[in-house]
Amino acid sequence: MNTQARIPVIEVEEDFRERAHDALGDAQLRGNFRRAMDSLMTKRAVAFSDPEEREDLRTLGNAIRARALSKLPDLLEQLERNLIRNGVHVHWAETVDEANAIVLSIVETHEAKQVIKGKSMVSEEMEMNDFLGARGVECLEADMGEYIVQLDHEKPSHIIMPAIHKNAGQVGTLFHDKLGVEYTTDVDQLIQIGRRVLRKKFFEADIGVSGVNFAVAETGTLLLVENEGNGRMCTTVPPVHIAVTGIEKVVENLRDVVPLLSLLTRSALGIPITTYVNMISGPRKPHELDGPQEVHLVLLDNGRSQAFADSELRQTLNCIRCGACMNHCPVYTRIGGHAYGEVYPGPIGKIITPHMVGLAKVPDHPSASSLCGACGEVCPVKIPIPTLLRRLREENVKAPDAPNQVMRGQGSKYSRKERFIWNAWAQLNRSPALYRVFGFFATRLRSLVPAKVGPWTQNHSAPKPAARSLHEMAREHLAKQSAEKSGEQR
Amino acid sequence: MSARQNILAKLRHSLTGATPIADNFNEQLVTEPWSYAPEQRVAQLRKLMEAVHTEIHLCNEADWPTVLGQLVLDRQLPSLLIAPATPHGRRVSAHWDVHPELPPLKAYDRPVEDWKTELFDDTPASFTTTLGAIAATGSLIMWPTREEPRLMSLVPPVHFALLRASQIYDNFYEVQQKQKWAEGMPTNALLVSGPSKTADIEQVLAYGAHGPKDLVVLILEDA
Amino acid sequence: MSDIFYNAVPNATRVAPPRAEPRKYPTTKPERVYLFGTCVVDLFYPEAGMDAIHLLEREGIRVEYPQGQSCCGQPAYTSGYTDQAREVARSQLALFAGDYPVVVPSGSCAGMFREHYPDLFKDEPETLKQVRALAARTYELTEFLLFVCKVQLQDSGAPIRVALHTSCSARREMNTHLHARELLSQLANVERVDHSHESECCGFGGTFSVRMPDISGAMVVDKTRSLKESGAQQVLTADCGCLMNINGSLEKQRESLRGQHLATFLWQRTGGER
Repeated sequence: MNTQARIPVIEVEEDFRERAHDALGDAQLRGNFRRAMDSLMTKRAVAFSDPEEREDLRTLGNAIRARALSKLPDLLEQLERNLIRNGVHVHWAETVDEANAIVLSIVETHEAKQVIKGKSMVSEEMEMNDFLGARGVECLEADMGEYIVQLDHEKPSHIIMPAIHKNAGQVGTLFHDKLGVEYTTDVDQLIQIGRRVLRKKFFEADIGVSGVNFAVAETGTLLLVENEGNGRMCTTVPPVHIAVTGIEKVVENLRDVVPLLSLLTRSALGIPITTYVNMISGPRKPHELDGPQEVHLVLLDNGRSQAFADSELRQTLNCIRCGACMNHCPVYTRIGGHAYGEVYPGPIGKIITPHMVGLAKVPDHPSASSLCGACGEVCPVKIPIPTLLRRLREENVKAPDAPNQVMRGQGSKYSRKERFIWNAWAQLNRSPALYRVFGFFATRLRSLVPAKVGPWTQNHSAPKPAARSLHEMAREHLAKQSAEKSGEQR
Repeated sequence: MSARQNILAKLRHSLTGATPIADNFNEQLVTEPWSYAPEQRVAQLRKLMEAVHTEIHLCNEADWPTVLGQLVLDRQLPSLLIAPATPHGRRVSAHWDVHPELPPLKAYDRPVEDWKTELFDDTPASFTTTLGAIAATGSLIMWPTREEPRLMSLVPPVHFALLRASQIYDNFYEVQQKQKWAEGMPTNALLVSGPSKTADIEQVLAYGAHGPKDLVVLILEDA
Repeated sequence: MSDIFYNAVPNATRVAPPRAEPRKYPTTKPERVYLFGTCVVDLFYPEAGMDAIHLLEREGIRVEYPQGQSCCGQPAYTSGYTDQAREVARSQLALFAGDYPVVVPSGSCAGMFREHYPDLFKDEPETLKQVRALAARTYELTEFLLFVCKVQLQDSGAPIRVALHTSCSARREMNTHLHARELLSQLANVERVDHSHESECCGFGGTFSVRMPDISGAMVVDKTRSLKESGAQQVLTADCGCLMNINGSLEKQRESLRGQHLATFLWQRTGGER
């Protein structure tokens, strides 16, 4: 491909920036998110009131995830063996298309018309609702937050609290418009409306879909956490249960789940445990009276193996999907989840999405951060998020035909102009003589700085260099010092 | 090559020359901060469960069916789903036999397909046992069985649970070890820590989302 | 200081480095130190650099200012131009070769030396040794004054209420906010007030402020509002990147509140003259 034709100009208007700009101007959205994130941050802090215990637990969480990743192929095989022994069907999919095809074939085998879904971010990667909907199969969200956003034809804006961008008034209006119920902002009443509607759906559904929080290789167990009960409903009532998950969600031993669970629920919501911890190790046994007759697990790659291939980027896969990173992110708080335009928002979204969809599709993701480090500080499994963001920036500005291609779409922000600027910058800063000349002109010509200097003056007054540089002032001062000293010595 | 082969091959290739990380699980960290004096366990469990709207009643071996009967009457429940073939189920039946004012008992004794409508529409309350509880997190341990299937503790809006105080463990790690979970997991194992809830709307807590709206725990003080 | 956790095997799965031990400081004051002024101080806040020199000299320490110094390399590093950052970093190494401390009046630049230079030179074992030695004797100004000089500051100013903003790298990599608070608490007539969302980023992030001006702008507007609402009469920070960002925004908003580098404030409050 002709590299020349592909080089983007730095100032190109990206969708992300437009969306971010719009979100920043939406006072209600900003208010909703600020309040919500402040509350979640406080809850987490209270749940982790002992800093020693917190840091020791994070260390353990990181070690458990690293151990699992270091054995990932073996653990996946062990998981598969034990699941099959337990009577679960195991499927593998490299792409979301393959995953959807697997789900479709199960749907068709059972002539299913209605699918009910518990919360699953992987199913969002698959865009399963739309995929099945287009084929005449109703795929309804059962988690209250997911149900709300689905009703409004939106995507979730947070991985734990999908409707966090909405206030009660907006939900009341939505239910009134779409369900024909009386308008109310009473949260209890709104939840009861959802309960009524969805209970019918649990009853009728042909297939239940869920995600997986942890897949335990040792015992062949799928572990799910939830507060509402929709996960238990989806995995117990319909005659068929399909679980979808990423290949990185395996843990080695059942006991590994204990600290990871504690880290997950306290980091996500500041609670010691969720209402339900649901551990599934097989379909209904002959003597049992309920539960699905058939259980399937779909293991999805979708770019995870790309992250896995690089030992630095592999740490991205430690993630246990708690959402603490986005709760603490000053960027996410201000632009909300939809601005990212992809399944996973916030800091984790910025480091995982490039592997899933290619850097060329999300070229701004690595730069949408001041590298403040709040995310890395709270990550329960110690993903070095700022380090990985910086690394992705490095991949992003490499020449597209550079050797050692690590990522699809790398070089999507390659710019000869910017490269030239940084080369010049480096020359300047490596040469004391050049730097001194530059400093001289910057200070002596300070009054010539225009009032508008690119994006800086959008938010600041024009930057004005000092009248004399520190180099000059220090040289003068220290020369005087030593002159005085030698004067004293005479 | 299948997706399975491709994925495993990629992962193995990425690990060429590397060795697996050793298991240095920190048992102390998941037990020491989460251990309680025996006389504290009930209090700790209550504190956590009541904070999320669980209703708790202390009783003893002799009077718990009476307590249960009264709770059912107080709530004016039209019926109660139990497992009559179990020891605790038999105690309930025996108590109900001499108290005609109590509402009828039902049994979950056939596959759900045979009575799904009645289970969903006309089963206001259920009563099950537990395998114990966890003080550190305020959780009941349940392994559904043929007698007390999975939906029994999920579909009826009111769930009564029987817990023996002597079976309250300190933490989840201890439970896994003492009950030997890793040796064989059942079809379904559950930790239930309160009635169903959600904070999905403006982070305002609302109870009774999809699971039971009421969780009532009878703690049998036999410790 | 974080040790780069590189296994001998490139494909090894990484475990997070162990938590850093609390830093051990030399028990006696050195006779001399280097000052790494930083490029922002050099061109925009040279008086802060001079005040840092004054504060150190008042402690009886001789300050050396290698004239060949320029930039720590952070802007290129965070932009992904690692090679360019490395070359600039390499030039700084040569200038601070003597075995005495390097004091830096900026958390982010000190952090660059201590935390990120080892990453930049991870593939050059010989240079890496030199880099690690440099990192071990690099100090951010507040920690140097507090723990090595063990300053006892005497306040000679009128009562004043101040707010302290700490740069993210200084806070997270070096606990600078705690050191600055302690220095301020030595000044009898200075009342330090908290400001809401104190630990939140001001939005500078180096090139972030020009790459994502909308988001950065929203962050600095929130930060300046929070600083104003704290009731402080003066804003202080130990990092000039943040200072440029906050003051530039305050000026644009035509607010009277301004920020000042902590070094300047400390020097002036304790009777220092220019």
